[in-house]
Amino acid sequence: MTERKTSMREKTPVQKTAGTRRAALCLTALSGLLAALFLISFVLGRYDVPLSQVARILVSRLVPLEKTWSPNMEAAVINIRLPRIALACMVGCCLALAGTAYQSVFQNPMAAPDILGASSGACFGAALAILLGFSRGGITGMAFVFSLVTVVLVYIIGARTRGSRVISILLAGVMVSSLFSAGTSFIKLVADPSNELPAITYWLMGSLSGARLSEVGFALIPMTIGAAPLLLLRWRINLLTLGEEEASTLGVNTGALRLTVVLCATFLTAASVAVSGMIGWVGLVIPHLSRKLVGNDCRYLLPASMLMGASFLMLVDDISRNLMTTEIPIGILTAFIGAPFFIYLMTRRGNAL
Amino acid sequence: MSLCVQKLSFSYGEQPVLEDISFSLEKGEFLSVLGPNGVGKSTLFRCILGLLPGYQGSILSDGEDMRRLSGREKSKRIAYIPQINRPAFGYTVLDTVLMGTTRQLSLFAQPQSAQIRQAMDALERVGAAHLTQRDFTHLSGGEQQLVLVARAIAQQADILVMDEPTSALDYGNQLRVLGLVRELASEGYGVLLSTHNPQHALTFASRILALSGGRVAALGKPEEVLTRELVLRLYGVNAVFADTSGGRVLVPLMD
Repeated sequence: MTERKTSMREKTPVQKTAGTRRAALCLTALSGLLAALFLISFVLGRYDVPLSQVARILVSRLVPLEKTWSPNMEAAVINIRLPRIALACMVGCCLALAGTAYQSVFQNPMAAPDILGASSGACFGAALAILLGFSRGGITGMAFVFSLVTVVLVYIIGARTRGSRVISILLAGVMVSSLFSAGTSFIKLVADPSNELPAITYWLMGSLSGARLSEVGFALIPMTIGAAPLLLLRWRINLLTLGEEEASTLGVNTGALRLTVVLCATFLTAASVAVSGMIGWVGLVIPHLSRKLVGNDCRYLLPASMLMGASFLMLVDDISRNLMTTEIPIGILTAFIGAPFFIYLMTRRGNAL
Repeated sequence: MSLCVQKLSFSYGEQPVLEDISFSLEKGEFLSVLGPNGVGKSTLFRCILGLLPGYQGSILSDGEDMRRLSGREKSKRIAYIPQINRPAFGYTVLDTVLMGTTRQLSLFAQPQSAQIRQAMDALERVGAAHLTQRDFTHLSGGEQQLVLVARAIAQQADILVMDEPTSALDYGNQLRVLGLVRELASEGYGVLLSTHNPQHALTFASRILALSGGRVAALGKPEEVLTRELVLRLYGVNAVFADTSGGRVLVPLMD
């Protein structure tokens, strides 16, 4: 009798781990993939640095090692490749996390990080900064600020309209977004076609080329501010997908939670777009892939999206800088890879979105 | 634990929806709300759940004004069981029921084994323990409704509010869900449930609140207040009652 009772008691945790073990396994595998891609990315490039030397150079930053590498190797790894690879990791991670968060908050699997105009705002800010002849740092700063301004504007407009709050905010996002896109087009029209216009066009295509450690540092602060609350709130974000009324009867302060999640996701998007330009599709495709892999529970979905987003963008950036002699802007590549992949996901048999 | 609605009135803009509604609900009671489409049953429920704060009158829970209570405190007293709908994202049945335990958790906390145990107990209570690892969106309507009842049980509130929980279910599942709800009421929950079928109220409820034109048309025991006149007034349907071995039945007269 006692024995039977114990086995009944133990049934619960066992059943729980059946579902969570798979998710934990996926997260471990994704972490391994990310680490491997991170190291391999240092080897790829026109200047040849073997993997063993890459590892030694990276470790030598933390513990002193005997120098078995040339100064050129160290320059290539630390000054050129490290900032770029780190930035690809961070941007991919943040765009995927922001996309997942927006999808949950708007109960819409088609939501992407630019759904509230964060990207079009950043593009306008960057274009304006280039037109005004700002430095690279100034361009990044303007893009970040305009991105935030756009989303705050969208939220205020959405909050002032009547009817469903979520739909109002989404509609406001569409309108404000197109307003800023028109502004960007106008700037391109009046920009000097010999130098400003190409700079604007190139920025809008999205690229991680010429990344510097200072940019990594700049992006790290808002990215941490955006990501930490989302990860902490990941259980509660699940409840937002039930809709406002149901979630609030379960004891969730939906208004405050939704605002927090939107602000955090916007911080992530703004910081990403500001340092890398428009890189589309990561925030839509990666969350979907992650959902397929670990399910919709944000406790596992958010970390999985982050790991997969970082791996994906690092991989695409490796292709971007190595496929041809001239670099292909990464934004073009993510669209080339992302859009067909998404069509495949949508049309695969028995695969409802 | 009791719920007391006093002189409740609500209007959408100029349009009055509810006028001067008063009733109370005690533990162990199954109060069924009847009324034609658009009479304000859902509005009444949304006022009670604190989703429509702009009402006149008062809603008291154990003598405390619901408007003064925090969302968390409200969710401790009243659990809402919605009609089944298609959620945007599918969660496992266990996770769906675990969401009911969220009010016990601090802001950044995740459900722990104590919450998982409560969720499992709730699933066992409604007879859905075998569904634990299934995707909620892949379940049948009847199973989904049972899981939502389990979520409300896991919420550990004393009052269950159900807005037409049977409207999307087949005949057998309607009766099974209502039978379960009646059992829960006899175990001590206070149940407030709206239905489109007066027979359900007659068979399962311990009291009836009938709404007509935004006002209380009748309030009392089903066998006393559910009359031919009331059915005609609420639905415009002529019907007769017949006493059978299975209880009292309402038969509509079609001409």
